[in-house]
Amino acid sequence: MEIGLNHYLVLSTILFSIGLVGVMRRKNLLMLFFATEILLNSVNISFAAISHYYGDLTGQMFAFFVIAIAASEVAVGLGLLIVWHKKHNNIDLDNMSTMRG
Amino acid sequence: MELFLYTALFSPLVGSLFAALFGASPRTKIAGIVPSILLGVSLISSSVLLVLVLTTGHTLHVEMMTWMATGNLYIPFGFVVDQVSVTMMMVVTLVSTVVHVYAIGYMDHDKGFNRFFSYLSAFVFSMMVLVMSDNFAGLFIGWEGVGLCSWLLIGFWYQKESATWAANEAFIMNRIADLGMLIGIFLVYWNTGTLQYDGAFAAFANMDTDTLTWIGIFLFIGAMGKSAQFPLHTWLADAMEGPTPVSALIHAATMVTAGVYLVVRSNELYSLIPHVGLFIASLGAFVAIFAASMALVNRDIKRVIAYSTLSQLGYMFVAAGLGAYWVALFHLMAHAFFKALLFLGAGNVMHAMDSELDPFKMGGLGKKMKGTMIMMTLASVALAGIYPLAGFFSKDLILEVGFVENHYIIYTVLLFTAGLTAFYSFRIVALIFHGEERYKLFGFHPHEAYKFMLVAMSPLLILAVIAGSFKMTYFEMVTYVLPATEYHVHNHTIYWIMTIGTQLFVILSIFYAYKKYMSRDIKVPDGTSAMENSFKYKLLINQYYIPYFYEEYLVKPYRELSTLFWTKVDQKIVDASVDGIANIFYQTGENTRAMQSGNLSTMLKWMVAGTVALLSLAVVFGLAARYSEEIKLFLSGLGV
Repeated sequence: MEIGLNHYLVLSTILFSIGLVGVMRRKNLLMLFFATEILLNSVNISFAAISHYYGDLTGQMFAFFVIAIAASEVAVGLGLLIVWHKKHNNIDLDNMSTMRG
Repeated sequence: MELFLYTALFSPLVGSLFAALFGASPRTKIAGIVPSILLGVSLISSSVLLVLVLTTGHTLHVEMMTWMATGNLYIPFGFVVDQVSVTMMMVVTLVSTVVHVYAIGYMDHDKGFNRFFSYLSAFVFSMMVLVMSDNFAGLFIGWEGVGLCSWLLIGFWYQKESATWAANEAFIMNRIADLGMLIGIFLVYWNTGTLQYDGAFAAFANMDTDTLTWIGIFLFIGAMGKSAQFPLHTWLADAMEGPTPVSALIHAATMVTAGVYLVVRSNELYSLIPHVGLFIASLGAFVAIFAASMALVNRDIKRVIAYSTLSQLGYMFVAAGLGAYWVALFHLMAHAFFKALLFLGAGNVMHAMDSELDPFKMGGLGKKMKGTMIMMTLASVALAGIYPLAGFFSKDLILEVGFVENHYIIYTVLLFTAGLTAFYSFRIVALIFHGEERYKLFGFHPHEAYKFMLVAMSPLLILAVIAGSFKMTYFEMVTYVLPATEYHVHNHTIYWIMTIGTQLFVILSIFYAYKKYMSRDIKVPDGTSAMENSFKYKLLINQYYIPYFYEEYLVKPYRELSTLFWTKVDQKIVDASVDGIANIFYQTGENTRAMQSGNLSTMLKWMVAGTVALLSLAVVFGLAARYSEEIKLFLSGLGV
């Protein structure tokens, strides 16, 4: 059996769902970042696969953009996370309620 | 010459704005003097224009600027000075100059002195717009402007409940009539495509009588409101709540004659529909006697004069309705002079008597107020129409018109009214100035008005005496515009019998009034005498129960209906639905506030929920678009 577009899309969907569940369930901020990475990369997989399918490089270009943005996001996020940890000595999401209206 | 036109028109406006600058500051003489001077300027400009029109026969027509121009509608701010409007301009500027100067003395102690002059000059400006406009739209602006100023001035002493009530009554009655007027103007535009007088009148000649009749009727409804004709007459007597100079200027000499002016101005329309003209004349004759009868018993000098005005307006409408437009305009002019004089005289009396208006509490004031007495007596003689004063030439002419046109009923009614006019005029003159000095019983200390007030009144006095001698000059002038029908009773014997008979009748009425009201037995009526309890007296003093009827059968049901609509429709339906919509949003906000818990984890869950919802919608709509044909087929299968 040849591996076609659909297989990639199914993989992407499964990864996206895992990522979503992670975003919803995880209370640890670090784990939340991982979940976000999974989400972004699931999208990258479908970008690359569809790009290949149509023979159009635009999709792969987008994947690179996404990787770059994800990297910078994680860099900023981790920096903030370290500061938070130094201040409060934990990185539990439930404790971050300073934005309560 | 245009300069004079603009000066005549705009200097009252400048005066009004000048006085308005002092509106909030305490009483300053200058706020009265400057508008009076500016009105004098306006008077001089009007006189120059009069001389121009009189000597050369030229008329001025200027278009100051475009007001409205859309599609086929074109309405400019255009002004015309022709023989008719220049007559009105003279009357308006002359009487208002006199009244302004007089009011400087009359309003001397009033807190609202500055405000008063601002309103009064604004009124003159509006009136000038009304008479000078060259189209119906401009006339209507002036018409509304004078209505507004009338409202402001009747309710000038706004702390008095009765004054504000009277002001509102006048305003609302006029609104009712203005609706008719507006419909008339719309009809004119609809049928002729223009509102310019010359264009519209030229188009009327080729139109069918039915349309013209409707236009004539609706325009006349407007005139009925402004000129207080039955059944919209009640506001005029109540308007006497305003300061007396206002009554003299607005409710005797100028504004109330605007209706007559409208009919005279539209003479080319009314000449085409004589049956409407006859209706106008009949109504005029009815109002003449109707108002005169109410004036017979009233115990308020200003109201008596107001009813007299109403009665004289009836005379003017008789003349205008019978096609004698120049006679109507002539009586309008003469009436403006002697009636304004009469009102200003009444103002002097009121001043002397601390605003007491009941003539039965006066008596013998002639000794203290000689000047006022002479003026009021002469004005009354002029009003009664004794030769050679102004009223003889104008009022008797109307009687002749009725006679020559073979409307003998109208003639008889007017003749009888002339007697009544003489009687009630001299009734108050006798009660105020002659007989026992009853005011002493009530502790009044009357004094004559300021000298300059009497001097200010003197031009009116002179005109009231000599205005009749202008008749032929005036006739030659206005008949450039108005139909030049001369009204002569051809049979000399009948003419002399009529004239002398009328004079004798009027003189007898005057003597009867003097005899009855100069006697020493006159007491202040206390409601016990047989006369006061008679049905006739009660009918007349209660103004034929018409205000009562309006109050009981129109105002009260309307108020109840309004309350009903307010509680049932407005509160239960309109308010409820508006409040309901607002409440939905409020409640939604209240209920969804819990979402904003500030907990990041919950927020993320909501975010995911939102994403899922949007994605599902996208999928559903995508599918629906893809399979729209099949869905339609399926739905049509279900019979939708």
